Amino acid sequence: MGAARRALSAAALTAVAALVLAPVLAGLAVTLAMSAGHLPALGLSGPDAGPWLRLGAQPGLAQAVALTLWTGGAAAALSLALAFAAAPALHGSRAARLLAPLIGAPHAALAVGFAFLVAPWGWLARLFSPWATGWDVPPDWPTVNDPLGLALIAGLVLKEAPFLTFVLLAALAQRPVARDLAAARALGYGPRAAWRLAVLPACWPAVRLPVMIVLAYALSAVDPALILGPTLPPTLPVLTLRWFAAGETAMVLPGAAAAVAQALLVAAAILGFLGAERLWRARLAAQAARGDRGRPGRPGRGAALVVALPAAGAFAALALWSVAGRWPFPAALPATWSAEAWGGGQGLWRAAAATAGIGALSVALALALAILWLQLAGPLARAAEAAMALPLIVPPTAFAFGLAVALLRIGLDPGWPAVVAGHLAFVFPYVLIVLAGPWRAFDPALLRAAAAVGAGPVRRLAAVRLPVMLRPLCTAAAVGFAVSASQYLPTLTLGGGRVRTLTTEAVALASGGDRRVAAAFGLLAAALPVAVYLTAQALPGAVWRNRRALRGSP
Amino acid sequence: MTATLDLRDVVVLADGRPLFAPVSLTVAPGAVATVLGPSGIGKSSLLAWIGGHLAPPLAGAGHVLLDGRDVTALPAEARRIGVLFQDAALFPHLSVGGNLAFGLAADVRGRTARRAAVAAALERIGLPDAADRDPATLSGGERLRVALMRTLLSAPRAVLLDEPFAALDPATRDRIRAMTLRHLREDKIPALMVTHDAGDAAAAGGAVVRLAPPDQPSA
Amino acid sequence: MRAVFALAALLALAAPATAGDWEDTLAAARGQTVWWHAWGGDPRTNAFIAEVAAEVQAAYGVQLEHVRLSDTAEAVNRVLAERAAGRDAGGAVDLIWINGPNFAAMKAAGLLHCGFVAQLPNARFVDLGPGAAAATDFTLPTEGCESPWRLARFVLFHDPARVADPPSSMAALADWAAANPGRLTHPDAANFMGATFLKQALVELAPDRDVLALPPTDAAWAVATAPLWDWYDRLRPNLWRAGRQFPENETALIQMLGDGAVDFAMAFDPAAAANAVIRGVLPDTVRTVAFPGGTLGNVSFVAIPYNASARAGAMVVANHLLDPAVQARAQDIRVLGAYSVLDPARLDAPARAAFDALPGHPALPTLDALGPTLPEPHPGWMTRLAEEWARRVAR
Repeated sequence: MGAARRALSAAALTAVAALVLAPVLAGLAVTLAMSAGHLPALGLSGPDAGPWLRLGAQPGLAQAVALTLWTGGAAAALSLALAFAAAPALHGSRAARLLAPLIGAPHAALAVGFAFLVAPWGWLARLFSPWATGWDVPPDWPTVNDPLGLALIAGLVLKEAPFLTFVLLAALAQRPVARDLAAARALGYGPRAAWRLAVLPACWPAVRLPVMIVLAYALSAVDPALILGPTLPPTLPVLTLRWFAAGETAMVLPGAAAAVAQALLVAAAILGFLGAERLWRARLAAQAARGDRGRPGRPGRGAALVVALPAAGAFAALALWSVAGRWPFPAALPATWSAEAWGGGQGLWRAAAATAGIGALSVALALALAILWLQLAGPLARAAEAAMALPLIVPPTAFAFGLAVALLRIGLDPGWPAVVAGHLAFVFPYVLIVLAGPWRAFDPALLRAAAAVGAGPVRRLAAVRLPVMLRPLCTAAAVGFAVSASQYLPTLTLGGGRVRTLTTEAVALASGGDRRVAAAFGLLAAALPVAVYLTAQALPGAVWRNRRALRGSP
Repeated sequence: MTATLDLRDVVVLADGRPLFAPVSLTVAPGAVATVLGPSGIGKSSLLAWIGGHLAPPLAGAGHVLLDGRDVTALPAEARRIGVLFQDAALFPHLSVGGNLAFGLAADVRGRTARRAAVAAALERIGLPDAADRDPATLSGGERLRVALMRTLLSAPRAVLLDEPFAALDPATRDRIRAMTLRHLREDKIPALMVTHDAGDAAAAGGAVVRLAPPDQPSA
Repeated sequence: MRAVFALAALLALAAPATAGDWEDTLAAARGQTVWWHAWGGDPRTNAFIAEVAAEVQAAYGVQLEHVRLSDTAEAVNRVLAERAAGRDAGGAVDLIWINGPNFAAMKAAGLLHCGFVAQLPNARFVDLGPGAAAATDFTLPTEGCESPWRLARFVLFHDPARVADPPSSMAALADWAAANPGRLTHPDAANFMGATFLKQALVELAPDRDVLALPPTDAAWAVATAPLWDWYDRLRPNLWRAGRQFPENETALIQMLGDGAVDFAMAFDPAAAANAVIRGVLPDTVRTVAFPGGTLGNVSFVAIPYNASARAGAMVVANHLLDPAVQARAQDIRVLGAYSVLDPARLDAPARAAFDALPGHPALPTLDALGPTLPEPHPGWMTRLAEEWARRVAR
């Protein structure tokens, strides 16, 4: 382990980081420059406060910012609370596997399904009408796109609560939960208090970063806000998207200012989160120090149902609409059935092929880079890994448009390659997170044994480490695919409208398209990553059916 | 605060089949009884059942009595039976003092009184300045002392020791074992210890139960 | 020297297309990929474009890709951004479905490839004379910068089973809404359909329609729109959700009519109601409302950006869209129902017969039944209407 080796490793790390982070950093830089009135292509050179002044003069801006903070903050807090409430009941339970469809499905697909469930004309209203409600036309209730953003919060929670639950369950799997529970209960704490005070806080370090990612996402999400969010005014990311898409150069610079404001908003929210975290930890520590045993009781399954039932309803509503012919209100089921939405006329299968192709490419690249990273980096990598989460925190609006401008300037066409490069920024950190643990936990004796029989580093990697790590590799691929399939804004802006994935189409169709077509896109958008996930879970078992140690538990 | 621990016809069942012949035993206040037996016979499961922690698919049968009162139907947290684990099971998110306060019975009220109780307890185990330390920075022996004190502070009516000294090096082992047994005796708490080590049983000085397969009587 | 080039260019534009030129265009187009940026909100139009793509591939070897827009401004923005980045060739947009303010903006900024229409062989079936509908876009002469492909008319439709006696003017619509609060709405005016709804009211209510043909001055704006805003202030509280929320576009509004959430829907396509009935979105009983005073009408065009990568391919597609057989199929209500932009007088007998033989549909009005076509105001009015509406509604 000489200096040369270390320098090589640092160089490799830097190269991978540059490749993965370049799109985000370049986009961010251009957005910043634009927000300061600097856009040489239009003959503008900053610094100039004009964009910020024009942004400040936009009607409804303050309301949009308040709405963004409220919906994002509430969604993240509620998701975390539900995850904490649901994890005890799901720990070690087979029911946890049912989370997979919720984790794999893109936000947009869930949001479309949720809208189809709770909209005034949605399936829920139909199920109870007219016999229970007396409605023969949809009620004039703002159950989606409501001005307070409640539908948006619910839609975000539907996706983020299962994600955080999943993270929490993974963290719990690393902890001696039964022992900690027994230790706390032997000291007189009931199961509920034992989970709350002893078991869950011990998992907190593994959950912090994901919570910040969820918070950043909930504040910055464009696609769920387009589908479920308030409209007059919408949240800041949607407003930003509108300004950039408005076809007027006059709004591009204030739009860039809004994108920067979005990033500041996320930064402020994360600071707020860190403050809240301190308060919460102090409260927990105080309660633990008081020896307050709390009220007896065991954690319930209620929280899991709060998420599972609407999600199941959302998927059912999508499935029904996608095969509906005529479906007048308030019939609970379609009057006629039609497979037209599943035909080729609306580009469903082409979009599916594009989604699969882009996903496969970005995952393959991300896997290769992550393996390179882990193989070469050694102990240096751990610190750098946190930096790789940057794209998961930076709001997409803050770099996507700037990136599109930057690409144009260097003469790169929007399209597949740009989209794959953009997706890589999001796929890579997830793949790295999934792979890093098992990579470091790998039994070094196997590699030493291989080296002892003369296998060089490449053969040790290809013939020993990777085959043995098939299961985590498959999981990383499935997670990466789901991340790629759910990208909306980067696909939209970097594809220049030419790249149509199931997610971009589902969003476009959700609020102003044929419901049956939108349902088919939404359902397939959800089904594709789930199918990939199930395949990835089944693959190691099939390949290693004669190797018990490698099959793992699916 | 002292009691007698009684076990009556206790067995652990896997799929309805007993793992060992029924055990009956009385442990007097301050006495430490030892359970010996071959690996896999269910020694730890026996302790888990007594404490109320046994999880399916295993189950238990028989009765646990504290001072004649049957606690078998009570949930673990209501039995007031402390457990000392081999790896101490300190909570990683709490400081050493936090771990002790966590154990300290709730009827010690008031911040000052509780701080004092924790400080006194640390004094007792020879770690007077450790209140703010991260448990991860303690040595194995120190961790075990903290865990012992955490258990004692909860004012248990009986204590279960699940091979607590197995991971310690021989020198530390003797010291920690002596200290543990001394504290149990001082506090007049009946204890039941599972161990592989004949030295542990000898040091405990109490009754010794050898778990035997179900077709032979345990003795 | 420069003058010579300019003169030559002018002469080239003036000269009628010769077969030889078109052969060159066809040859250049073969193998090209044409990215057609077109509004993608109507499933039947999308399916029709997919059919056209298959046809031009088979007949001319041109690969046609439909980039579905939710707003044509997206494509305008794209070309604008390319111009800003100095990309004057090899642009991402080859063909745009366009008209009105978007066309005016692109034409004014010199972002269009002009003069190509006369080179299209099928342009001979279209009346392109001065002032003809197919050569005028929102009062602006098209000057060969865009080629027509379908007719658009503002239509309002309803279910007689719910509303037996529908209002037949915008003024009457406000009275109807006052009597039936919450049962009427229109798309967000940021969407062209919502803006068109306001524009129909503007044209009906303006004291002097002639000023609408000119760019709106502040004075003219104040006079012409005062009755409109009086009308809208009266209407808005009676709209669905008390006028605080609006459907995103006509597709969403038509679904709302299908649900019974409102009693009227609107479109900028006379065949929209019949289309929705055929697709099962609306009940069979839906009919189009006749406006005796007439409704706004215009022509939808396709334009080629100045920096298009596949100019020849785009011209081939524009020409194909004007093929009488394609136009007749587009007008077939079983396919699309889009009224043809061709001049019947210029068609031969078999082509005319093909149009005459097209089936009708109960929800499809004849052009005569729709009343007179009201001309579009100058594009400036529409832009300003949308802005003023946003200001009033956001308040």
